Amino acid sequence: MKTTVVEPPVPSGAPVGLPAGDGRFSLLPKTSFDGRVETELLEVAMGPHHPSTHGVFRMDVVLDGETIVKLKPVFGYLHRNHEKIAENVSYLASIPYTDRLDYLCSMTNNWAYALSVEKLAGLEPPERAEYIRVIMAELTRLANHVCLIGFLAQDMGALGTPLMYGFREREKILDLFEALSGSRMMCNYMRFGGCRLDLPPGWVREARVVVDNFPKFLEEFDNLLSGNEILMARTQGVGVLTAELAVNAGITGPMLRASGVNYDIRKVDRYGIYDRFEFRVPLGDHGDVYDRYMIRLLEMWESLKILRQALDDIPEGPVMDPNAKIRNFKPKPGECYERIEGPKGELGFYLVSDGGANPYRYRVRPPSLVNLTVLEDMCLGHNVADAVAILGSVDIVLGEVDR
Amino acid sequence: MMPMQTLEEIKKRLESAVPGVCVEIVSNDSPCQQRSLLVDRDHGPQVAAWLRRDDALRLDYLSNVTGVDWPEVVTKQKIKVKRKVDGVEKEVEEVVQTRSGGYLEAVYHLYSMELKQGAVVIRMRTGDRDQQNKLPSLTPIWRSAELQEREIYDLFGIVFEGHPDLRRILMWDGFEAHPMRRDYVEPDDYEYEPTPHDSVLAKAKAHYPPEVAP
Repeated sequence: MKTTVVEPPVPSGAPVGLPAGDGRFSLLPKTSFDGRVETELLEVAMGPHHPSTHGVFRMDVVLDGETIVKLKPVFGYLHRNHEKIAENVSYLASIPYTDRLDYLCSMTNNWAYALSVEKLAGLEPPERAEYIRVIMAELTRLANHVCLIGFLAQDMGALGTPLMYGFREREKILDLFEALSGSRMMCNYMRFGGCRLDLPPGWVREARVVVDNFPKFLEEFDNLLSGNEILMARTQGVGVLTAELAVNAGITGPMLRASGVNYDIRKVDRYGIYDRFEFRVPLGDHGDVYDRYMIRLLEMWESLKILRQALDDIPEGPVMDPNAKIRNFKPKPGECYERIEGPKGELGFYLVSDGGANPYRYRVRPPSLVNLTVLEDMCLGHNVADAVAILGSVDIVLGEVDR
Repeated sequence: MMPMQTLEEIKKRLESAVPGVCVEIVSNDSPCQQRSLLVDRDHGPQVAAWLRRDDALRLDYLSNVTGVDWPEVVTKQKIKVKRKVDGVEKEVEEVVQTRSGGYLEAVYHLYSMELKQGAVVIRMRTGDRDQQNKLPSLTPIWRSAELQEREIYDLFGIVFEGHPDLRRILMWDGFEAHPMRRDYVEPDDYEYEPTPHDSVLAKAKAHYPPEVAP
């Protein structure tokens, strides 16, 4: 290869390493003609390996000093085309895959998918199975929210303590899941038409112990964090999301309710047997990070209420619809969209059947992905460190965002 | 609370509110019976704006947007026809071909947060799967379509006109195909990298002067 190397001219006499010109360094910033300091916008890629991004997620941020002037979320690093995989296997075989969507809440993922298939095929789960599902969903909500609050506090610098306290409680819930399904996180428990197994003997008693001890922990958590001056300073008034924008952008779950919109699918659709339980829907005023934190804390109290009622009322009986065909299952041609209130927001499954053994079209409506729509709107004008807190309060799991 | 209007009523009011619109009710045979409105793509944004604005519907919340690929399917059916052959009436078998599909579809699931009702499902179809793969974007009306329409563009290849930021979202920028299409063929080797032999070396020769060429 022909290359000609041109040596840069070395100014004679001047020591190497000093800038040209008068040969002196200036510590003063450059000023423009009207005397203001000249600044440049700086483009920073936060992530994909930043610890605050909860997985492999990148925010392309444009900064003016410390202030965010533009932010674009970039994802897809964990994309495995879950929908295509599910279209190539039978209805039953997708259930373990749904565990891996939002890997903190496998039970609610199972339920959303099972509900959708049940509506598509006209199956009716027995009453005991419905109770078990509610119990599992609310336990999942507890486990998810304690994790989230722990992560949020950790992102803002409370290293370790709140997260470990949260994990300690979550572990008790995961023990219950393990006793039931054999697996802590990838439960693969629900089936269309009911649940895979009945509760093992003594499970309800164990669950009641966990539920009864939970308020003590919640009070401790509340005392530790809610009135904490640093947490309040870092979160109040940060990342405000107006109700109007939240509705228009399809935000769901605790994030929507923190903005003051009363929309809980457990109350609106009353899927399963949620019409039997008494619980309230906590709402926020300001729509900032603190409200989102507080809503989750309050939601856990409501989940405990539901759990107590469900554990008291659970009837005996079968846990599977006898008409449900697990193998060689072929629903009639048609389509169906069903949704549940997952811990992160509206989790929906859209299924199209062409009469075959595999779904013709399988679509997950991921709450984490849609909730990221307004990330830029919430972050603009705040500091970089606030973006971390705002992202933490959105509550994303990349397994679900990227699918 | 008033029960929600039926799709027939919505269709009727829609046709008087948006002149020139062509709406069709798509039936659904599954037990859940969620029927949908098929809207022609030229009037899509107008219909969407009306659905959101209308006092009886107030569909302010777009929950789910997704694409469905329907490749062209030719079904052959044998039917018996009576025909006169050489002056005598005979029963003759004939093969009738019916073509269906051959388009991409975007499905929108709408709810009302204000009136707590839903769902109304609307769908739009592209002209075909190659050149006329364009649909109007509904992101200006509901922002929740922003990321989901980008995903459909990425995985199905529907081009949404009027979308503020239509880029690939899950696959990388240099990727060419649309993997959620039914006829997508996976590459044999995902980790193919050109290694320096054969065709690669032949190409590389052009970059060297003849006296150094390997």
